[in-house]
Amino acid sequence: MRTKRKALVLHSRDNVATALEDIEAGTVVRVKVGSQTIQLITNQVIPFAHKFAIRNIEEGQLVYKYGETIGKAIEPIKAGQHVHIHNLESIRGKAGQQPRRRKTVEFPRL
Amino acid sequence: MNFRGYRRPKGSVGVRNHTIILPTVICACETASRIAAQVKGTVTFSHQHGCSQIGRDMEQTFKTLAGIGCNPNVAATLIIGLGCETIGAEKILKAIESEGKPTEMLNIQDEHGTRRTIEKGVAIAKRMAKSAVKMKREQCDVSELVVGLECGGSDVTSGIAANPALGVASDMIIKEGGTAILSETTELIGAEHIIAERASTQHVRDRIYEIVKRMEQKIKATGVDFIGGQPTPGNIRGGLTTIEEKSLGCIFKAGTARIKEVLEYGEKPSEKGLVIMDTPGQDVESITGMIAGGAQLIAFTTGQGTPVGSAIAPVIKITGNPRTYRTMRENIDVNAGTIIDGKETIEQVGKRIFNEIIRAASGKRTKAESLRYHEFAINRIGPTL
Repeated sequence: MRTKRKALVLHSRDNVATALEDIEAGTVVRVKVGSQTIQLITNQVIPFAHKFAIRNIEEGQLVYKYGETIGKAIEPIKAGQHVHIHNLESIRGKAGQQPRRRKTVEFPRL
Repeated sequence: MNFRGYRRPKGSVGVRNHTIILPTVICACETASRIAAQVKGTVTFSHQHGCSQIGRDMEQTFKTLAGIGCNPNVAATLIIGLGCETIGAEKILKAIESEGKPTEMLNIQDEHGTRRTIEKGVAIAKRMAKSAVKMKREQCDVSELVVGLECGGSDVTSGIAANPALGVASDMIIKEGGTAILSETTELIGAEHIIAERASTQHVRDRIYEIVKRMEQKIKATGVDFIGGQPTPGNIRGGLTTIEEKSLGCIFKAGTARIKEVLEYGEKPSEKGLVIMDTPGQDVESITGMIAGGAQLIAFTTGQGTPVGSAIAPVIKITGNPRTYRTMRENIDVNAGTIIDGKETIEQVGKRIFNEIIRAASGKRTKAESLRYHEFAINRIGPTL
């Protein structure tokens, strides 16, 4: 039996990790990225199976998971921050012309 | 490797031995279900189609209904038509009869209404079910299996646990000479470049890009953002943000094999090994298409949990989410959540899924079968007139 990890990075190119359990804000998380280990502090609650940034991501920068792009950041994202529909947008999933209204998502603060 | 199945007259192998009451048209569904309700050992399903359809859409509905009767899990078919519909019972009868299995039909109008149709239908169905009971399972090779791969109610665990484990099982089926069908074209969007690299020929590669482009054009034609449709609200709650992320997780269920061909909806594979069928991401339409194409079994991964089954083929439910396994155990056959918990590897769970497929093929009832889930839906590609 392997030791339980809090989060998983699926590819060395990735800039997000996936939470393997609910992670409280302010938790020190160590993730393996290729042969490296990155240590960071979550600054928001990360629900089980959700993503958080493992590096700072600029607005407009591509977000990578599985070593592949899953969309682009629509605002600057800091390492340790929750990455989801409020700050990550699909490149392929915008079929129509109407701009999508961005929902503001409230997260508990530290 | 072997399993115990039912050998059909033309050599194909069923994993179930159903006598089905097949309505050709929406107007015959209620009558078909009343016949099935009176005859033990028969199954039926309802649908909304079979009339006021044209062109490729009509052909696709015909191919699906005929394909269901031709599926090797079906021992005998009683077709119930109305009499005036676009896709007539005679045409479906002819297609299913070519498999050499007992096939009969009744048109409600020719039988002068409900009472006589049901009386005659019950008598025919009883005779069919009685002779089906006499058929015995025999040793069959895994190379005879066609397994439809599906994922529904996905969450992040689907992409990192359940789908990769199903991919291991899919590779094992193919290694044994069998066939696996990757479906859900919507869920290739954003991951098609990876799948296309595995095409066995340039033609297959072009076809992969073609079906994805066709799906994107259909979505674009609606003029709206497909967020909300894909990923679904449940996907988003589960942590999936974009269609690209969902697709990248989806394709793991197809393992590592080369892709031999790309099939239209409801089309029968002409090759063994890994194939792709052009189906929508909606689970029931997708699995119905694969069953019409001859899949005897569906291996179905889910993150959030879903009860969906089929009247024709056993549907094996696999979840990568340990919480879903705890909360919806009555609907789940295989717990792949052990991967997330760090208790098992993807390979170990993949082997368990493979064994579960073989057991289900030999007769073990799946949860969806025990709970009598009989969903059925045909993918429409044209207007109703």
